[in-house]
Amino acid sequence: MTDSAVQYIYILAAALFVFSLKWMRSPATARRGVFAGEIGMLLAIVGTLMRHEVVDYRLIAAALVIGTIAGVPLAYLMPMTAVPQRTALSHAFGALAAALVGTAEYYRATPHGAVMVALVFETLLGFLTFTGSMMAFGKLQEILPTRPITYRNQNVINLSLLGLALSLGVWLILQPEQTWLFPIFVALSLTFGVLLIVPIGGADMPTVIALLNSYAGLSAAAMGFALGNRLLIIAGALDGSSGFILSVVMCRAMNRSFTNVLFGAFGQVQTKAGGAHEERTVHSATPEEAAQILDAARLVIVVPGYGLAVAQAQHKLRELYDTLTRRGVEVKFAIHPVAGRMPGHMNVLLAEADIPYDHLFEMDDINSEFAQADVALVIGANDVTNPAARTDKSSPIYGMPILDVDKARTVMVVKRSMNPGFAGIDNPLYYMDKTLMLFGDAKAFVTDLVKELAEAAKAA
Amino acid sequence: MLTDLEVGLYILMLATFLGLEVIRRVSPLLHTPLMSLTNAISAIAVVGSILITGAAHASTFSRTLGFIAVTASTTNLVSGFLITDRMLKMFKTRKPGGSNGGHP
Repeated sequence: MTDSAVQYIYILAAALFVFSLKWMRSPATARRGVFAGEIGMLLAIVGTLMRHEVVDYRLIAAALVIGTIAGVPLAYLMPMTAVPQRTALSHAFGALAAALVGTAEYYRATPHGAVMVALVFETLLGFLTFTGSMMAFGKLQEILPTRPITYRNQNVINLSLLGLALSLGVWLILQPEQTWLFPIFVALSLTFGVLLIVPIGGADMPTVIALLNSYAGLSAAAMGFALGNRLLIIAGALDGSSGFILSVVMCRAMNRSFTNVLFGAFGQVQTKAGGAHEERTVHSATPEEAAQILDAARLVIVVPGYGLAVAQAQHKLRELYDTLTRRGVEVKFAIHPVAGRMPGHMNVLLAEADIPYDHLFEMDDINSEFAQADVALVIGANDVTNPAARTDKSSPIYGMPILDVDKARTVMVVKRSMNPGFAGIDNPLYYMDKTLMLFGDAKAFVTDLVKELAEAAKAA
Repeated sequence: MLTDLEVGLYILMLATFLGLEVIRRVSPLLHTPLMSLTNAISAIAVVGSILITGAAHASTFSRTLGFIAVTASTTNLVSGFLITDRMLKMFKTRKPGGSNGGHP
């Protein structure tokens, strides 16, 4: 009787999850989406607790309390710049849960056939996503070196390790009674997760986080098959497809393929590209000169990159936006899909600084407007503005979609020095006649700009 | 009659297509909150974890694993939903100053 009620509760929960994602479509309905998700999750938990199989509540209650106590500060104390790390950690936790349930289920029931296939998938994906996400967390938190670490025959070693893990998995599926195989299978999955992330550099983190998101979802779906629970299949599939779409978006934004991201060790091959170029002159400007040009502009398009967040300049940028808007200058923000360290990260950083989201524009929507812009102000971004991606077939980033800042009447680039960006690629934009380099720390320079504009306002 | 496996595969297929269609329509503006929301939703692993932990005659070993799994997924779902909401509150259309409590 209750057990059939539980199934209806699960159906309701699944529907709420779908609504939850559907409402994420626009900022106007998104918070309702979170609420729907919360109710769905609450129903799923209450429904599960009602099931007759669950007889012992002590440990569950303790775990629910501990998890809540750990979760609340994790949500409220986390700075927005650290959201990518939190996300990686969260993938790790989710995958660990799936993997541990799979392990426990294996030793409890030693299932055969299709259930065992699901269980092998669940534990393989779960454990490799766990260590992979911990590695990603370490790199994002900069506990581990962010540059890609490569060694000879890396891909061969990684692939053979995966092959070995898969063969053991197949063996386990055929002969689930061979319990001695299971710990080896687990160890191989854990090791593969580590080795998978070792060669991946900071620039590829957005893609990798999205991919790990997808894996975590798939392992939850596999758990659904292993436990015969359809709600798990639905929620896992939704999560898996979301991670998949986000990684496709990221790959497209960098004009790269999945294989290239996972096995290409970006950044390593590129270093030779920067070398051969003659001495060229750049034009630089003082904050005073830059402020005058900005003050005279009608349309200014700001191109923020992660360097902006590193310099903690987003709140100063808000002041610049306010000042310019008050002076009658229209200010728009152009967001490249890979700006920031995870999909959509830059939007959150700017929203946190109280910049209205209807002034944030996607690359495809704003690119045609650069031709009408008086100033394109690039802060903390580099490769995503590099015109070589459009014209220079020999450039390592050739074909990557970029923001067409070079079409603006004047280009201003706030930059510490002439050092090339993350990928080590020289940017011809800096040598153009219309480009003014504004050398200095992003936060300090934007502060100076605001000051100069305020003085101009007083003088007028 | 369909077996459990076949029903499961149908559900997986339909849910994947539904997921792809729904997620494709999410504004790129919200991709970060989307990821933290799906993260919270994938903490649905809590269901399996509860079943393992609370089962009758469960060994100490599987209770321990289950306990860790419930703790990990609860942490995920609590922090996932809360941080998503915290982020979404920041997205405003109107100019700051008139504090509108985050409702656009």
